[in-house]
Amino acid sequence: MIQRVLAIARNTYRESVRDKILYNLILFALVMILSSIMLGQLTLGNEDKVILDLGLSAISVFGMLIAVFIGIGLVFKELEKRTVYALLAKPVHRHELILGKYLGLLFTLLVNLAVMTVGLELALLYTGRLGMGAHLRVLPAVFLVFLSLALTTALALLFSTFSTPALSALFTFFLWIIGHFGKDLQNFGELAKSESVQWLCRILYYILPNLSNFSIIDSRSVIQSAAYSRPIDPVAIAGSTLYAVLYCAAILSLAIAVFTRRDFK
Amino acid sequence: MPVVEIENLTKDFSVGFWRKRPVRALDRLCLQVNQGEIFGFLGPNGAGKSTTIKILMHLLHPTSGAARILGNPVDRVPMHQRIGYLPENPYFYDYLTPAELLTYMGRLFGLRGEALSRKVDALLESVGLTDARKLQLRKFSKGMVQRIGIAQALINDPEIVFLDEPMSGLDPLGRMDVRRIIASLKARGVTVFFSSHVLPDVEALCDRIAILNKGRLQEMGALDDILKVRIAGYEVILSGSTGTIVDQIRNMCDEIRPMENRLQIRAGTRERMQALLAFAFAHKLELISVNPVRPSLEEHFQSVVGSEQAAVGSRQ
Repeated sequence: MIQRVLAIARNTYRESVRDKILYNLILFALVMILSSIMLGQLTLGNEDKVILDLGLSAISVFGMLIAVFIGIGLVFKELEKRTVYALLAKPVHRHELILGKYLGLLFTLLVNLAVMTVGLELALLYTGRLGMGAHLRVLPAVFLVFLSLALTTALALLFSTFSTPALSALFTFFLWIIGHFGKDLQNFGELAKSESVQWLCRILYYILPNLSNFSIIDSRSVIQSAAYSRPIDPVAIAGSTLYAVLYCAAILSLAIAVFTRRDFK
Repeated sequence: MPVVEIENLTKDFSVGFWRKRPVRALDRLCLQVNQGEIFGFLGPNGAGKSTTIKILMHLLHPTSGAARILGNPVDRVPMHQRIGYLPENPYFYDYLTPAELLTYMGRLFGLRGEALSRKVDALLESVGLTDARKLQLRKFSKGMVQRIGIAQALINDPEIVFLDEPMSGLDPLGRMDVRRIIASLKARGVTVFFSSHVLPDVEALCDRIAILNKGRLQEMGALDDILKVRIAGYEVILSGSTGTIVDQIRNMCDEIRPMENRLQIRAGTRERMQALLAFAFAHKLELISVNPVRPSLEEHFQSVVGSEQAAVGSRQ
C-alpha cells in the first residue's frame, strides 16, 4: 500500500512542479516578501517587525492560494480528463489515491514554503538586526502556517471529490477566511443572549476549522522570545499540531468516504 | 474455463436536476468470456458497452447483479494485479513522457528497478514508440496516445486485457498495429475482451462476440455460428461449354452472370443449389467453386440492432 501511495504522491508532486501557476505564485510571494524591506524602511526601528508580519502573511496567503488552486485542480483534472480510469483499474484502492494525492500536495507545499521561508530569512538578514535566535524562531511560525495549509488542502481535496473546481475553490476560500475568525465566533456565542444562538455558535466553532490555532506565533512573539532567550510555547505548538492531525484525518476520512461511493461515468 | 462471468448485471443512472429519474443503461446482462479467447463486445453508441467495462473495472457500482473476473468479485482490488485496461478515448498525464507514464503505472503494480525499465523499453518497442520516449504526451497524436494506452494496459503482463474501443481514432496502419498486438496477446494465452465499432476488426480477430443494444444482450456466440445462421444463399461458379444451357440454368437459380467461359450463379436455397449441381454434373460442366453467401458482420449487426429498434418503435 505504501509503495502505491508514494508512487501517486510522487506523480502528484511532479505534476504540480511542472505547472506554471506554481512558479507565478512563488514569484509573487517572494516579490511581496522582498518589498517588505522597502516598507520596513518607512517605519522607525520596526523594520524587522514589518518584514516578519508581511513575510509570514505572504507565506500564509500564497500558500493558501497554492493549496486551493493546485490542490483542487489536481484532483479535478484527474476526474475531468479521466486519467483516474486507468489508475483505479490498477490494483489501487480509492483511499490510496486520495492519500497519495494529499501527500503529494503536502510535499509540494513543503517545498514551496521552504523557498518562501528562505526568501523571508534573506530579507531579515538584509536588515541584519536580528540574532540567530530570532531567525530560528521564524521556523515554528512557518511550521504552524504549514499545518494550517495542510488543513486547507484537506478541505480543498474533500470539496473537489464531489464539486466543480470553481465551487470547491469558493468553499475552501470561505472556510479559510471563516477559520481565521474561529475564536471570534466562540466569543460572539458567549456574549449572545439567546441560548439557541449560543448553541449554534458552539456547534459551528467545533465543526468549522479553527485556523486561529495556527496564528499563535506572530512577529512580536518571535522578537520578544528571542530577546528574552525563551522558547516559543511548545505546549501550544503541540496542541495545534494535534488539532491539525485530527482535523485533517477527519476531513480525509470524509473525502475517502465520498470518493469510494462515487461512480466514474 | 470462464475468466469473466457477468450475471444479471443492471445499472441505472439518475438523470435530471430536481426530479431525479432512473435511466437503465444496462439491463440484466449475462455473459461469460472463456480463457484465452478474443471476445468482441459490439453495440451502437449508448448500448452499454463502456458501462459494462467500467463496472468490471470497478469504476461504476452496479445497481444489481454480479460480475467476477478470474473468480473474484470485481471490487476485490488485488485481483486488478492480473488484468489490464485501456479506457475509451484515453487521456494520460500530458506532462509526462511515455517512459515516465509507464514507469509510474509499473510502480502501482509493485514493479521497480532494472526489471521495470526493461519492461518499459520492451513495451515502447512493441507499440512503436521508442523514438518518442522523451516526448511529452501533450505532443502526441491521437494514435500515439492510443498506443501508449495499450502499452500501459500491458505493463503488468496481464492475464486478461479489457480494451474499450482500441481502434478508435487510429489510421489504417495504426489499426493494423493494434490488430497485430491483439493477435500476439492471444498467441501468448492472454484473454482479450474488447469493444469496438470497427466491425471488420472484430470479424478479423474475435473468437466470440456479444451484441448489445440499449443495455440488453441481443446475441452472443462464436462469430462463425452467428453468421452461419444467416446464410443468404450459395454462390456457384461453373465452367465449360455453357452457351446452350444458360436459359435452362436461369430457370433453376436466382441470379446468373455469364463471364468469359464461366457462369457465376446465385442459388437462394440449399435445395436449389443441389439441383443446380446435379444439372451441372449431368451436362458435364466443370464445378469451380461453391460458397455460402453470408452477410458480413456489419450487415448482421445492422439487422440485429435495426430489428430491435423497429420493435421498440412499434411498442411505442
